[in-house]
Amino acid sequence: MDIFQKLKDFYWPHRRYFIISIVFLFLLTGITVVYPVILQLTIDEVILEGRYSLVPYLALGFVAIMAIKGVATYISQYNGDIFGIISVYDLRNKLYTKLQRLPFQYYDNAKTGDLMSRLTADVEMFRFFLSFGFAELIRLVLLLLVTISVMAYYSIPLTLVTLCTIPFLAVAVYQFDKKVHPAFRKVRKSFGQLNTNVQENISGINTVKSLSREEHQIGKFNDSNGDYKDKYIMTAGIWAKYFPLMEFLGNASVVLLLGYGGTLVVNGSLTPGELTAFYSLVGFIIWPIMNLGFTINQFSQSKASGERLLEILEANEAISDKENAIPLLSGKGDVVFDNVTLQYTSEDEKALDQVSFKVDNGKTIGLIGATGSGKTSVTQLMTRFYEATEGNVLINEVDVRDYTLSSLRKNIGFVLQESFLFSSTIKANIAYGRPDVSLEKVQEAAKRAQAHDFIMELPNGYDTMLGERGLGLSGGQKQRIAIARAICLDPSILILDDATSAVDMQTEINIQKALSEVMKGRTTFIIAHRISSLKHADEILVFENGKITNRGTHDSLIHEQGQYQRIFNIQYKDQKKVLQPQPEAR
Amino acid sequence: MKTQEQKNQVMNRFQYSTDQVIEKPFNWMQLWRLLRYLKPYSKKLLPLSILMVLITTAIRLVIPIIIGIYVIGDAIENGNSNWLMTLVGLVAAMYLVNYAANIFRIKWMNILGQSVIYDLRKHLFTHVQWLSNRFFDQRSAGSILVRIMNDINSLQELFTNGVINLLMDALMLIGIFIILFTISPELALAVMVILPVMFLLSTKLRRQIRRSWQTVRLKQSKLNSHLNESLQGMRVTQSFTQEDENAQFFNGVNTENFESWREATKKNATFRPLVEMTNAVGSAILIWYGASLIQADKLALGELVTFAFLLGMFWEPISRLGMVYNQLLMGMASSERIFEFLDEQPNVAENKNAKTIKQIQGDITFEKVDFSYSNDRKALDSVSLDIKAGETIALVGHTGSGKTTIANMITRFYDPTGGKIKMDGHDLRDISLRSLRSQISIVLQDTFIFSGTIKDNIRFGHPHATDEQIMDASKAVGADGFIKKLPNGYDTEVEERGNILSVGERQLISFARALLADPRIIILDEATASIDTETEVQIQQALTTLLKGRTAIIIAHRLSTIRDADRIYVLDHGRLMEYGNHHELMLQNGIYHKLVQSQFAMLEAL
Repeated sequence: MDIFQKLKDFYWPHRRYFIISIVFLFLLTGITVVYPVILQLTIDEVILEGRYSLVPYLALGFVAIMAIKGVATYISQYNGDIFGIISVYDLRNKLYTKLQRLPFQYYDNAKTGDLMSRLTADVEMFRFFLSFGFAELIRLVLLLLVTISVMAYYSIPLTLVTLCTIPFLAVAVYQFDKKVHPAFRKVRKSFGQLNTNVQENISGINTVKSLSREEHQIGKFNDSNGDYKDKYIMTAGIWAKYFPLMEFLGNASVVLLLGYGGTLVVNGSLTPGELTAFYSLVGFIIWPIMNLGFTINQFSQSKASGERLLEILEANEAISDKENAIPLLSGKGDVVFDNVTLQYTSEDEKALDQVSFKVDNGKTIGLIGATGSGKTSVTQLMTRFYEATEGNVLINEVDVRDYTLSSLRKNIGFVLQESFLFSSTIKANIAYGRPDVSLEKVQEAAKRAQAHDFIMELPNGYDTMLGERGLGLSGGQKQRIAIARAICLDPSILILDDATSAVDMQTEINIQKALSEVMKGRTTFIIAHRISSLKHADEILVFENGKITNRGTHDSLIHEQGQYQRIFNIQYKDQKKVLQPQPEAR
Repeated sequence: MKTQEQKNQVMNRFQYSTDQVIEKPFNWMQLWRLLRYLKPYSKKLLPLSILMVLITTAIRLVIPIIIGIYVIGDAIENGNSNWLMTLVGLVAAMYLVNYAANIFRIKWMNILGQSVIYDLRKHLFTHVQWLSNRFFDQRSAGSILVRIMNDINSLQELFTNGVINLLMDALMLIGIFIILFTISPELALAVMVILPVMFLLSTKLRRQIRRSWQTVRLKQSKLNSHLNESLQGMRVTQSFTQEDENAQFFNGVNTENFESWREATKKNATFRPLVEMTNAVGSAILIWYGASLIQADKLALGELVTFAFLLGMFWEPISRLGMVYNQLLMGMASSERIFEFLDEQPNVAENKNAKTIKQIQGDITFEKVDFSYSNDRKALDSVSLDIKAGETIALVGHTGSGKTTIANMITRFYDPTGGKIKMDGHDLRDISLRSLRSQISIVLQDTFIFSGTIKDNIRFGHPHATDEQIMDASKAVGADGFIKKLPNGYDTEVEERGNILSVGERQLISFARALLADPRIIILDEATASIDTETEVQIQQALTTLLKGRTAIIIAHRLSTIRDADRIYVLDHGRLMEYGNHHELMLQNGIYHKLVQSQFAMLEAL
C-alpha cells in the first residue's frame, strides 16, 4: 500500500467521486438479490397459495426496484470511471512536466520505448485500477456476503451443500491465473518479435531488395508468424482446459442443488419457490469468483505500474536554477573554460580532462577531433546540459551555474548532431524557439541557412507539414532547417555540432558565408570533420581523448606537426590531385 | 477573444493526423473473399468446431426444459424422489458432455482462427515482399506495418469467435423461440415485447457508445504520438527552452482526451442499466401474465420456471450478435485495406520466358533509355551508356539529375518507359529477376543494420557463408579491427539502425556484406555523411578491395573516386551531358570542368 500512499496526491483530491460510487454500489448490490426473492414470493405466495391478487404489486414493485437499481448502477459506474480518469489526467500532466525538466543525463540512460510503455500502459493500468479495481474488490465481497446470507436464511444445510464446489472452483481459478499470465506474456513477446521483424523488413527493404534476400526474409517472417500462432494456440489451450472446468464446477453446484434441494422440497422442508431462488443466487456467486483471480492480478499489476511511475516522478532533476540565479543578457558572448573536467558517470572515463580556453565575443571557434574526443562535451557544458565535474565555465565573466537556465539556453543557439524535427509545419519548426516570431523573420533565417529555395519548391511552402505522417526531407534539408531554427533564436552564441555533414560542399560554403554575416559581433562554435568547414575560424581547437592537443589558426596548424596536419594532408590530397592537369601514369 | 486565439495557437503547435476510417459499410463481396480463407479448413477443423458448437448449444437449450418442466414441475411437485434422482443424474451427465464439448470447441475454434490469421498474414507479407520499390517509395514504413500487423489482428476475433458464434447465437435464439412457442404461444408473444428493445440496445446504442470510444482512442493516439515525439526531441526542446510551451500543448491534448473520455463513459454507463431494465420489464410481464395463465390453468408451474430460465438466456445471444455485427463492420475497413495491398501488382514483373544467367560478365548498355516516375517529368531522357565488364564508372550531377534512377534501372527496380537496357547482350527483361539481382549489390548511403549479431548482418549477403569467410571479408575491408574491439566481437548484438555503431563503421559492415555476396556488379551510393577523417581513409582503402575485378557504378561525391574512374558520366536533368575520363573532361572545358573549378574557387574565396 506504500505505493498507493505515495501516489495519493493524484487521487485523494478526487475522493468525492469514489465515495459516491461506493455508496451507490452498496445500494445496487443490495437490490441485486431482490430478483430471486421476488421469484420465490411469486411461486410460494402467489401460485402455490393462490393469492393472485398480489401479482400486480409484485410485478410493478419489481420494475420499480429495478429502476432504482438502474439509476444506482449508472451513478456508481459513472463516478467510478470519472474518479480514475480525472486522477490520471492530473498524473499525466505531472509526468509530462517532470519529463520536460529531467536532464540530458537521464535521457542518456533511458530508452524511449521503455518510457513510452510507462506513460501509456502503466498509466492505463493505474487508471483501470482506480476506476474498477478498488470498486470490484468491494463489490465482490459485498455480493458474496449478501448472497450467502440470503441463501443461509432460506436453508443452511442446502447452502453448505451447494457451495461445497466453491473451494474447487477457487483452486481452478488460482491455477488458471497462474498459468495464463506467463502464457499471455509469451504471446505478447512473440507478437512484439513479429512486429519488430516486419518493421525491420520494411525499413530495410532497399537492403533486402538490393541483395535479393526476399525469400530469406519471407522464411524469417514465417518463423515468427508461426511462433506467434503456436504461442497463441498454446494459450488458448489453457483456456480450453480451465474455462470448461470452471463452468462445469459451477454447473456441479446446480446439480447438487437440484438433487439435495429437490429432496428437501419433496420432504417438505423447503418450498419450490425457495429452490428456484437458490438456483438464481448460485448464478450470482459463480461469476464473481471466476473473476476473482483477474481482480487480484489487477491489484498486483497496478502496484507494479505505480512503482514504475513513481520512478519517473522521483527521478533526480540534477540541473536546476540556483537560488538568486540571474538572467544572461543577450548581445555578448565571451566564453571561458577554466580547467574543466567532465566525467559523465563515475564508471566512465573522463570526457574532458582539464580543458582551458578563452574566447572573446565575436570570434569563431572550430573544434575538430575523432568521434568521442570531447568536442561535443565542450559545447554541452556551455548550455548546462551537463555540469562540469571540476573547474568552471564562464560566460561574460559569470559562472554558467549562476544564470537562470532559460536565459542561458535562449541565448545559445544549438544545432544538434541529429536534426530532429517535430510534426508541425516548416514555419513552426523554424520558429520552435520563438513561437511568436513573424513569418518574415522565419524566412530570413531560412534564407541564411540556404533552406528558403527548397522550401518554396514544396507544395505548401512554409506551411508544409513535417514529421511522421508528413513529408520526408533529405538529411541535408533537415540539417538546413535545424540551422534556420537556431538562427531564428537570434542567439549571442551559436553552436553548430556537425551540422552540415549531409549538405553538399557548395551549399555549406553558402551557409558559412551567410553565417559570418549574421554572427558578426557574436560568438560561433563549429564542430566538424571537414577542414573546409573550419578553415576560416579565428581559432581551431584540436581534441584528442578529452584534451586539447593543438590550437591555433588554420595557417599555423598546418605547419605544426600533429593531428590537424595529418587530417589536412588526407583531405587535401584530393584537391592537389584533381587540379593537376596531367594524368598520372597508370 | 484574444485568449481563444492564443489557445488555438498553442493547440496548433504540433499536428498529428490520426483520422482514419475505422468502420466501413457491409460488403458481401469482401466478406466472401475473407471467408475463402476458411476453405483449407472446411474438411476437418471447421465442421468439427461446428459440431461442438451444436452439441453445447443443444445442451444449453435442453437443460432449462428438464429442470423447469420435469424436475420442478413434475418430480418435485409430485414428490417422486426416484424420478428426481434419475433426472438429476441425466442433468449431470449432460453437463459432463457439455464440459468435454467445450474443451474441444474452445481449442479447435482458436486453432482455426489462428490458422486463418496466420495464412492471411503470410499471404499479405509474401505479396508485399515481392512488390516493387515504387510501392515502398510511396508509403511510409509505418503505414505498411499497420496493415500487416494491426489490420490483420483486428480480424483475429472475427475468425476465432465471430463467425462461429454467429451460428451458435442464431441457433440459440431460434431454439429459444421454438421452445417458448411450443410451451405457450400467448406467453411467448407477451414476453417477446422486449425483444425489439433489446435488439435496438444491442445495435444502435452500442454503436453510439463504440463511436465515442473511438473518439477516445483517436485522442489517446494523438496524446501518445506527442509523448513519443516529445521524448525523442527532448534535447531540442531543452536547448530551445520550450518546456513550458510544450507543457501547455500537452495540457490541451490531455484535456481533450479527458473530455472525450467523460463523454464516452457517460454513454457507456447507460448501457447496463437499460439492458437490465428491459429484462426487468420482461420478468414483470412473465410474472403478471404467467400467473394469470396459471390461474386460468393454461400453464403449469414447471413451464413458468422454464420460461423464466429461457428469458434470462435471451440477452446473451442478442448481445453477442450485436457485437459480431460491429466486428464485421470494423473487419470491413481492415479487410478493405488488406485487399488493397493484395491487389497491388509489382510493376516489374518476371517475364514468362526469363532465363537464368549463372555468371553475369558485367557488360551494361543503355540504348536511348527514357524513364519517368510519374507522367509529368522525365527522370531520364534518351540516355545511352556503354559500360564494359570490370570498369569503374562514376555518375556525377546535382540532386535530381538522374544518377539514382540509372542505378535503379540496372537492378530493374524499374523498367524503362522507352529504349532498352542490355546486360551481356540480353535485354534486362529476359533475365530472371533473381539471377540478375543476386549478382548485383547496392551499397547504400544509409546502411540498414538488422537486429542480430554483427556476424548475422555480414552474412546477410550470403546466407551460407562460414565464420571464416565472414572474418576474411571483414579483414579485407578493414572492418575486422573495430569489430574485434566490441564487447562480444563478431557475436555482439546490434539493434535496429545499429545504435552502437558509428556511421563509418556501419559503412564498413555494408562493404563486408557486399564483398561476401561476391556480386559481379556493384552499385555504390557514396555518402556525404559525418565520418571522421581517419575512418574515411579506411573506407577509401576498403573500396579499392571491394571494387577489384567487378563492374562498378558509383554515384560519386568524393573527388578522388571521380578522378580514378575509368569513365565519368555527367548528368543534368535526366540528360547525359558529357562523358569521358577525368583528364579528357578537364580538357573539354565543359560542365565538368566548371563543376570542379567552381568548388575550389569557392573554397579559396573564404
